[in-house]
Amino acid sequence: MRVLIIEDDPEAVEYMVKGLKESGHVADHAIDGEDGFQMAQGEEYDVLVVDRMLPKLDGLSLVGRLRAEGNQTPVLFLSALGTVDDRVKGLRAGGDDYLVKPYAFSELLARIEALVRRQRPAEAQTRLRVGDLEMDLLARRVVRGGTRIELQPREFRLLEYLMKHAGQVVTRTMLLENVWEYHFDPQTNVIDVHISRLRAKIDKGFARPLLNTVRGAGYCIRETE
Amino acid sequence: MRPSRLLRTSTFRLALGYLVLFGLSVAALLGFIYWNTTGFIAQQTDETIAAEITGLAEQYRRTGLAGLRRIVRERSRDQRQSLYLFTDPDRRSIAGNLDSWPTVQAGPGGWLDFAYERPVGARVETHHARARHLLLRGGFELLVGRDVEERHALEQRIRDSLIWVVALTIGLGLVGGVVMSRSWLRRIDGINRTSRDIMAGDLGRRVPVSGSNDELDRLAQNLNAMLDEIERLMAGMRQVTDNIAHDLRSPLNRLRSRLEVTLLEPPSIESYRAALERTIEDAEDLLHTFTALLGIAQAESGAKPEDMADLDLDALARDVAELYEPVAEDKGLSLTLVCGDGLTVKGNRHLLSQALANLVDNAIKYTPGSGAVIITARDASGAVEVAVADTGPGIPEGERDRVLDRFVRLESSRRSPGSGLGLSLVAAVARLHGADLTLEDNRPGLRAVMRFPTRP
Repeated sequence: MRVLIIEDDPEAVEYMVKGLKESGHVADHAIDGEDGFQMAQGEEYDVLVVDRMLPKLDGLSLVGRLRAEGNQTPVLFLSALGTVDDRVKGLRAGGDDYLVKPYAFSELLARIEALVRRQRPAEAQTRLRVGDLEMDLLARRVVRGGTRIELQPREFRLLEYLMKHAGQVVTRTMLLENVWEYHFDPQTNVIDVHISRLRAKIDKGFARPLLNTVRGAGYCIRETE
Repeated sequence: MRPSRLLRTSTFRLALGYLVLFGLSVAALLGFIYWNTTGFIAQQTDETIAAEITGLAEQYRRTGLAGLRRIVRERSRDQRQSLYLFTDPDRRSIAGNLDSWPTVQAGPGGWLDFAYERPVGARVETHHARARHLLLRGGFELLVGRDVEERHALEQRIRDSLIWVVALTIGLGLVGGVVMSRSWLRRIDGINRTSRDIMAGDLGRRVPVSGSNDELDRLAQNLNAMLDEIERLMAGMRQVTDNIAHDLRSPLNRLRSRLEVTLLEPPSIESYRAALERTIEDAEDLLHTFTALLGIAQAESGAKPEDMADLDLDALARDVAELYEPVAEDKGLSLTLVCGDGLTVKGNRHLLSQALANLVDNAIKYTPGSGAVIITARDASGAVEVAVADTGPGIPEGERDRVLDRFVRLESSRRSPGSGLGLSLVAAVARLHGADLTLEDNRPGLRAVMRFPTRP
């Protein structure tokens, strides 16, 4: 996919571009708001990564102008300002996600991929499927290999989020934000414990595990060959 | 103290204002007494003259010219203050102690005020007099009057005292104003001097308190309380800097040493990879500490009203309990939630969740296996209370207050895993919400209680 990075720190840009290329994506970059706006309008990108503080045109105004001109490309804000208030401002200005500096590259990558996935037309999904694991969103039933699996409501939401991002890496922070709606990192890695519980329910007794841990990044649900 | 500064003090201006008001009142009061008294005396003089002249006219009618002449002569001899003049139609004196008819014209009712020559001992003085004139049958004329020189002297005296009293009032008022302003100004100067010293960096200085407990003393006490708070905050900041230095420098040092040592070792992909992975983990820990410090700073800096909303404390507690339940179970602890319904508090959901999560996190971390952690949310009289109790080692009584102090951590907890800033954040969040945070003995274990006063 094609990513446009609008960020004024050249070294940070270099790492991001390199990292994205390593991960099989195409990345362009602009180092100020005006250039970034021109490039975003001139070419088709799958996602924009926009720093909030930019020379010439700040990130919030840039995205506001893009949205005003009908450009709906998903935007991920990067910012050193990390309060809930700042986050809300970013999302109100037209951002789709918000990542506070300093961030792990794996977190950035996971969020970029999640944004692009979200962009694809989700034709009112009522069933999710990964391998032989099936989730019925209406009946709130989970079945694997014909066997019904009983899940607690929160476990259901956790699995739903993972399955909606099947094949992608989902970080612990993304899970905390989207499944629990908490914007802080608990001191203990509570998410790991929830995941291992879920894993015990959906993978135990099956030859091929679906829920995988991605070292140093997060989790990924996918069918393994 | 320069006089111009004194004149500009508010005390002096106030004193001056009062002085003008008081001076005017005194002048008005004395003026009233003056006009009343002199008016009364003048009226009495007039009445006496009128009565006497009527009597003499009656005498003239009964006894004729000779009778009146006799009486006037007698009275002229006896009376010292009374003046008489009885004349023929050509105003030649027949009897009386006035030498000649006054030159002034008579006013309405025959009254006239005039000056005349009066022998006093060897000298002749000009005295003022008031008299009434009456035209008798046959063209004879009678003038009866009084010497008013004494009366005028009395009036003059009253006028003088009046002026003196007013002058004295103003003088005393001025002196009092200056004295009061000077003592006030001296105390204000004391406060100013202290402020300047403090601004120059001597934060230990305090505003002098006179001990009279007046409003200036109360101001000084409040300023001192404020300075204590500022000094405490400054000490807190210093502690934060020290903590940051300790919490961030040590892991940074570790990280750097590892990288350097790895470079010294014979190059191998495996060892490089392992070192890089450990480095990323270290960076992750550093970020956690950094985020925790920022979170505390954010809570410390106060909340904007728009971030505060009515929250269900019971729902919030349920969510946190649910988040930690598997963690507790993994460790072999029982996590119980005892929770009322409809417990509303005004607050920031994000911060309160984090604070409660920190308390539960701590409880789980410090409680050994097969222990219990109990979260209670209930309506206590006049307050909504949320408590986290555990059966761990607790905190010694003497240390409990200290761990809640801004940014103070127990030595024993510094070495435990985690950023160790959890309780500091809880304390900051509690303060932000006007809640009381207390650490109690759970016999055994620790019971941390946040008490939110309910709005009346």
